[in-house]
Amino acid sequence: MINNAWLIPVFPAIAFLIIVFLTRRVQLLSALVGIVAIGTSFIMSIGVLREVLVNGISMENPVEYAFTWLGIPGYLKIEAGVLIDPLTAVMLFVVTLVAFLVNIYSVGYMHGEPGFSSFFSYLALFGASMLGLILANNYFMIFFFWELVGLCSYLLIGFYYHKHSAARAGLKAFVTNRVADFGFMLGFFILFAIFGTFNFRELATAIPNYQDTAFLAIAATLVFVGPIGKSAQFPLHVWLPDAMEGPTPVSALIHAATMVAAGVYLLARAFVLFASLPTVMLIVAYVGGFTAFFAATIAITQSDIKRILAYSTLSQLGYMVMAMGVGSMTAGMFHLMTHAFFKALLFLGAGSIIHALEEQDIFRMGGIYKDMKVTVSTFIIASLALCGVPPLAGFWSKDEILAGALNHGFTGLYVLGTVVAFLTSLYMFRLIFIAFFGKRRAGLHGHESPFTMTLPLLILAVLSIVSGFVGAPFVSHGFSSLVYYGEPHHVVPNYGVMGISVLVALAGIFVAWVLYGRPSDVPTKIKHRFPFIYNLLVNKYYIDEVYMWLFRRVILGVSYILNWHDRHVVDGIFDGVGRLTRASGHKLRYIQTGNLQTYALVIFSAVVIITLWIATPVFGGMLQ
Amino acid sequence: MNFPILTAIMLAPVFGLLIILAIPAREHLTIKITAAVSTFVSLVLAIYAYVKYDYANGGMQFLQDISWVPSFGINYSVGVDGISVPLVLLTAIVIFTGVFASWDMTNRVKEFFVFLLLLVAGVFGVFISRDLFFFYLFFEVAVIPMYLLIGVWGSTRKEYAAMKLTLYLLVGSALALIGIIALFLYAANQLGYPTFDIQTLATVNYDIGFQKFVFFLMLLGFGVLVPIWPFHLWSPDGHVAAPTAVSMLHAGVLMKLGGYGLIRAGVFLFPEGAKYWAPLIAVLCIVNVVYGAMIAMVQRDLKFVIGYSSVSHMGYVLLGIASLNVLSINGAVSQMFAHGIMTALFFTVVGNIYHKAHTREIARFGGLAHQMPRLASAFIIAGLGSLGLPGLNNFVSEFLIFMGSFTHQQAIFGGLITFRTLSILAISGIVITATYVLRVAMKTFFGPRKPEWDYLKDAHGVEMVPIAILVGTLILFGLLPSLQIDVINSGVAPLVAKIEAAKAIGGIF
Repeated sequence: MINNAWLIPVFPAIAFLIIVFLTRRVQLLSALVGIVAIGTSFIMSIGVLREVLVNGISMENPVEYAFTWLGIPGYLKIEAGVLIDPLTAVMLFVVTLVAFLVNIYSVGYMHGEPGFSSFFSYLALFGASMLGLILANNYFMIFFFWELVGLCSYLLIGFYYHKHSAARAGLKAFVTNRVADFGFMLGFFILFAIFGTFNFRELATAIPNYQDTAFLAIAATLVFVGPIGKSAQFPLHVWLPDAMEGPTPVSALIHAATMVAAGVYLLARAFVLFASLPTVMLIVAYVGGFTAFFAATIAITQSDIKRILAYSTLSQLGYMVMAMGVGSMTAGMFHLMTHAFFKALLFLGAGSIIHALEEQDIFRMGGIYKDMKVTVSTFIIASLALCGVPPLAGFWSKDEILAGALNHGFTGLYVLGTVVAFLTSLYMFRLIFIAFFGKRRAGLHGHESPFTMTLPLLILAVLSIVSGFVGAPFVSHGFSSLVYYGEPHHVVPNYGVMGISVLVALAGIFVAWVLYGRPSDVPTKIKHRFPFIYNLLVNKYYIDEVYMWLFRRVILGVSYILNWHDRHVVDGIFDGVGRLTRASGHKLRYIQTGNLQTYALVIFSAVVIITLWIATPVFGGMLQ
Repeated sequence: MNFPILTAIMLAPVFGLLIILAIPAREHLTIKITAAVSTFVSLVLAIYAYVKYDYANGGMQFLQDISWVPSFGINYSVGVDGISVPLVLLTAIVIFTGVFASWDMTNRVKEFFVFLLLLVAGVFGVFISRDLFFFYLFFEVAVIPMYLLIGVWGSTRKEYAAMKLTLYLLVGSALALIGIIALFLYAANQLGYPTFDIQTLATVNYDIGFQKFVFFLMLLGFGVLVPIWPFHLWSPDGHVAAPTAVSMLHAGVLMKLGGYGLIRAGVFLFPEGAKYWAPLIAVLCIVNVVYGAMIAMVQRDLKFVIGYSSVSHMGYVLLGIASLNVLSINGAVSQMFAHGIMTALFFTVVGNIYHKAHTREIARFGGLAHQMPRLASAFIIAGLGSLGLPGLNNFVSEFLIFMGSFTHQQAIFGGLITFRTLSILAISGIVITATYVLRVAMKTFFGPRKPEWDYLKDAHGVEMVPIAILVGTLILFGLLPSLQIDVINSGVAPLVAKIEAAKAIGGIF
């Protein structure tokens, strides 16, 4: 199966072509093609994972095969290749599983949309690109697919292109990611300039022997700019909340579970580069930790259900990046996996609610738990998993990150991470109490979604409960002996960390209940007591405004000046030369019309004269 | 190889135009079909030549020599190498699709196609000439019809634009002519016999001072055509004024004559001169890239956007040439091809919209994807090509140029900066490009449906032919770039070997 692993992205790619060229007009057939393709990829990914486990393929002895995609002998060799180690296998499994479920869910969610077939074709293209990214054995190829998943994200965010907001959000996502990719590209250019290869394994052997760590640190920092964009870390996080303009299944698949995690995956893939550079690791850790905290504070004040989840995603991605930065690659990847399941579930649940109510503002919902029992109960399971309530998935993975920070001496980040855990429970249960319980708002008619939508919810709910056990301390040969950097290790339970994080999570839920679980005017009072902080948070720290100002006033301003300069100064000079020629012509009565023949004659005469000048031996010497 | 395939490629449009001259002017369809058939012959032969070109051996192939004026050493000698054969293919694709893009032409159809075919014969001639005299002759043949094509069939300020374009190009070609004559005289003196054969001219050992002087003339002469800043203004004005097919040829092919001339008659003949002037080219091309892209961002007319985007993208070609190494020059040639196809696609789409809507003002559009989904997709694909998305040809080209210039460590301005600094500035162009291309796409095609445009019909039937061919070409070479780079590299490798064998010489800065 591993030798055929290159086929995993090929199936969705073929599905894309089939939908675009053949089945476009038959909607359900398009959906079927998409589902069958990603389903096949899922089955193959299970096969790959099984072989990795059975054949003992580890991080040190992966399987790799490649062919030269573009070569210039002696100067450049770019491979298209496949690298399979446990990291790849786990990612393949997670991505194909979530993508498969989201494809099924979309049949119900997108029912009756005019762009139904296009939607499935984009999903298939995304699947192919994302799986290609995971399998990549070198920086070039990961960049290639990195850009393509970005394209799919752009197309799907702007799916409802008749809405200005959706079109703008797509543009914003693409351009923000471009800024990041600019850095990423420079980063691996430096690596190529130093080592002459893009290949991950060749670099892994070469990097530890390289002495000029300052130069390498620049390269690593630039490479990290890529994940800052793709995984929406501060200060390039601004695109992800706006990306919620896309259809909700897309938010679940691309903007929560898989694509945005690609940045974290890249950090894991390139871990040898970062691990050798403590300064860069510090940057990574603090960018991640700060994003986790920063996004969580915004989430508390938002009222759009998808935006709350989006800021939650930012915050959780911050956790993962922080885990990478403190050196716990295993913990970061573990959290990536559990997060993929419960966050996809949260988004799909939100989609189910939006589908039923056609409403996204949590303050206009309320009391819907009676109508949508499956949706609401699975949503609560996912929330508990996110908050880190044992024994659900998020508990184990988040705990490992916090323990990792503490063990590697990042006490400050550990405290910050614990505060974020409190904020997480607070904003999640604020959402739940306001939207699901309490008084039912007038005019709302909730109903449970169709089977194609609830089935994926149920499956993901099971995964949100059990998937944490693969990395739990009481499991021998668990996640940490599979995906690791350096040595396989066994997780030693740190009961202190566990206890505190459970208490903090429960405290967050309790505070949310006090504030929002029953009629209370405390939230309003807090709002009026601290207007500055409230406005800062509800306006997302005004970062969007600052960026818009920079773009409108500075970049466009300079562009207008340049345009004026081009049209008046540069053009003016040349037109002036022309007019001068014509004017002097008038005076000399040689040229009266300024027509082309006259000009041509002038030019030709000039050529003849200059040529004669060059040809004359006396002056010919002057040339030398 | 007895069949003179290159001459046939060049003469097919000439035959076409002779037949068209014999067709009554009101037989529009017959004229168009004749033009399509003759350019199709060129296309088929060009594909054949491209596929049959033996890149493992490289060098000039499909040779043909006819003695012309022996006393001056002028021969009609043609052949293609790895640098010119993709450009011949490019020209064939662009003219064939250009004929289809002019299918709805109704004004003086006969004369239009006569001049169009004459122009393209000239372009083919430039790319296949091994003789500098014919190279220059064909060059002029390509420039002159442009004046009429824009002046008669153009739109916005057409007389002004046509005059401007022609003057710029004539002044440019006059400078190149001076360089060519100086070169001819110098070489005749050294060799003891007159010749215009480029290969022979390349064997002459030119004095450094002479190289500096003549390369500068070539740089000005061909640079105007590329167009190099600040001699670029003929190009946006010309693009805007020209009818669709002419814009396609103009941006798709004519600008490449500049890049090609700079490589063939500049770098190849005067490697030391090239080394001396390279820093100047590199600095100016950064202006092209960044300045062009920023100006493109604030244009109101769709064609001006594309016009300035061409200024910006051709800056990458100049950067590739200025970096003077294998990767970068491969990238430059590949970029000429990719940009030609991509920009032809842009003009096809915009021309189609303009023909139906009678305006190109971006602010008046919005939501056109509702009425014209195919054109919207084609525009976005062209845009993705232009911003360098992997999977399309332009990505490969730009990537090679960036890699080449990034790894080029030559210091400029007394070590204050290196080529790497300039390359970083150039790479920042990908961000600006993405911004303006997608903003224009958004403003034109996305947003609510505007009922005033409901009468617009999407591209269909014959209008889809150019779109399908151009998109297919971009994707083909984007996914399988070795089909392109293997060929190009067979021409670039000897060129770079010559550059590396040349004396090390400091740059102007």
